[in-house]
Amino acid sequence: MTIDEMRLDGNAIGGLLREIFAIEMTSAVGTCAHCGAVNEMGRVQVYVHAPGTVVRCPSCEAVLMRVVRGRGRYWFDMTGVRTMEFGET
Amino acid sequence: MAGTAVLGRLTWQFGTLADVVQETPRVASLYFDLPEWQGHLAGQHVDVRLTAEDGYVAERSYSIASPPEDPRVALTVERLDDGEVSPYLVGELRLGDKVELRGPIGGFFVWRVGESRPLFLIGGGSGVVPLMAMLRHRERMRSNTPARLLYSSRTVTDIIYRAELDRLAAAGDGLEVYHTLTREKPDGWKGFTRRVDQAMMQEVAWPQEQMPAVYICGPTTFVEAAASLLVSMGYPPATIKTERFGATGGSG
Amino acid sequence: MGFISRGFRGKRRDTASSSRVPPGQYVVTDWPVLSAGPTPRVNLDQWTFSIEGEIDEPKRWTWKDFTALPTENVTKDIHCVTKWSKLDTNWKGVSVDTLMDGVDTAAEFTTVFSDGGYTTNLTLDDITGGKAWVAYEFDGQPLHPEHGGPVRFLVPHLYFWKSAKWVRGIRLQKEEHPGFWESNGYHIRGDPWLEQRYWGD
Repeated sequence: MTIDEMRLDGNAIGGLLREIFAIEMTSAVGTCAHCGAVNEMGRVQVYVHAPGTVVRCPSCEAVLMRVVRGRGRYWFDMTGVRTMEFGET
Repeated sequence: MAGTAVLGRLTWQFGTLADVVQETPRVASLYFDLPEWQGHLAGQHVDVRLTAEDGYVAERSYSIASPPEDPRVALTVERLDDGEVSPYLVGELRLGDKVELRGPIGGFFVWRVGESRPLFLIGGGSGVVPLMAMLRHRERMRSNTPARLLYSSRTVTDIIYRAELDRLAAAGDGLEVYHTLTREKPDGWKGFTRRVDQAMMQEVAWPQEQMPAVYICGPTTFVEAAASLLVSMGYPPATIKTERFGATGGSG
Repeated sequence: MGFISRGFRGKRRDTASSSRVPPGQYVVTDWPVLSAGPTPRVNLDQWTFSIEGEIDEPKRWTWKDFTALPTENVTKDIHCVTKWSKLDTNWKGVSVDTLMDGVDTAAEFTTVFSDGGYTTNLTLDDITGGKAWVAYEFDGQPLHPEHGGPVRFLVPHLYFWKSAKWVRGIRLQKEEHPGFWESNGYHIRGDPWLEQRYWGD
């Protein structure tokens, strides 16, 4: 199994994002802080086989988000997303 | 944009295994009764959590195979020999056993009757599962939305839902099903016998001018190859939705 | 504890306590592949390894120079923060002591950096004195790209996220700069015997 084959997309973190945001996020739209590409979360690259979850821009592969869970805590870095747009309901 | 309904905090619920249907030698559909289930959309998935006696926890995601109209939530699981969760679900789990499930999850890879664009579904292996939920939903709602499924399997005996797909395609309501086999050329086989390629796509896909809604699901390499093909043929990337299952075609 | 899934055992894992297995770990016989990003495509013709930062004259080796350096064959146990441990792994590489030979520095800290942007921080003390290598063979074979090849860092006395894959150099620093995981929840040092997995441990 190569790392490329193991790569998933934003659908794979739908559950995790629901835990953090308490709303459905895979159709939320994020702007990459590095290259400006705009994509629904369902389209982003997701690496789950790591010490944490790493989410990367499908256009430039820059890190959009990092999520680590341990000892009952989350560490969540979203600095790779300049802005996120999602609906109220 | 598809509504991102606030469905409340996602919690783990207990599902009780009520029925099992063997689909192929390695694939079974598990039907769960979930008293706290709030409904779902075709294309969504659940997370399943298993806990061993020593506290070890394994979690996997499985697409929901049943349409929103059915009272039981069905998951179709391929048993992977070196998997950790799938050999438990398909093999060990018995009727009446409880499983922890969380969902439904996903607002991106969903399809509802009511969209006017033709539907183009492309599935590789167990990637057909969420697509089947969409086709079952389409049937329950008696929709005539033109739809095509291009479904890639290794061999004839690996085709999941084969009889049901034959029945749906024969209903004359605008659904066409195309099969391709990648490891076998059986006598009398009328479908394709090769990996999905441009010639096949050109034969099967809705012309780009009809702006089909495209959903592709399966192993990562399958999904990316199919999506790249369509994009190179001029289909706008924004109309193509993808769900990658990783290397194994299921999550193990 | 809550609900137990009847009959579920999970993958075979040896949780028998042993003096070689740090707390909370289990032993595996395969070698799980973990990655935070795509596998870098490394061109050995252009590859270099450098020591830079708080150093009078930065050092740099090409692949040809690097593989001409004296190497060591070491057998080590490795421990991943995701709880698996793999015992008796065999490596061939250049000791960091060899690379640092003759280097005069006031730095106490380092950042080890890789192709693809990954970084991890290590004290100079944690990578010298026979504790770290820059490795390019595993089990007698060239290191596979999925496991960090052509060259990865190896510092087995700490959790394996510190053994940076696809390594390109060491930056010597007077201050500590938390790396990719250390800046987002993982422990700044990562000693498996003290179970230093996360911030606050």
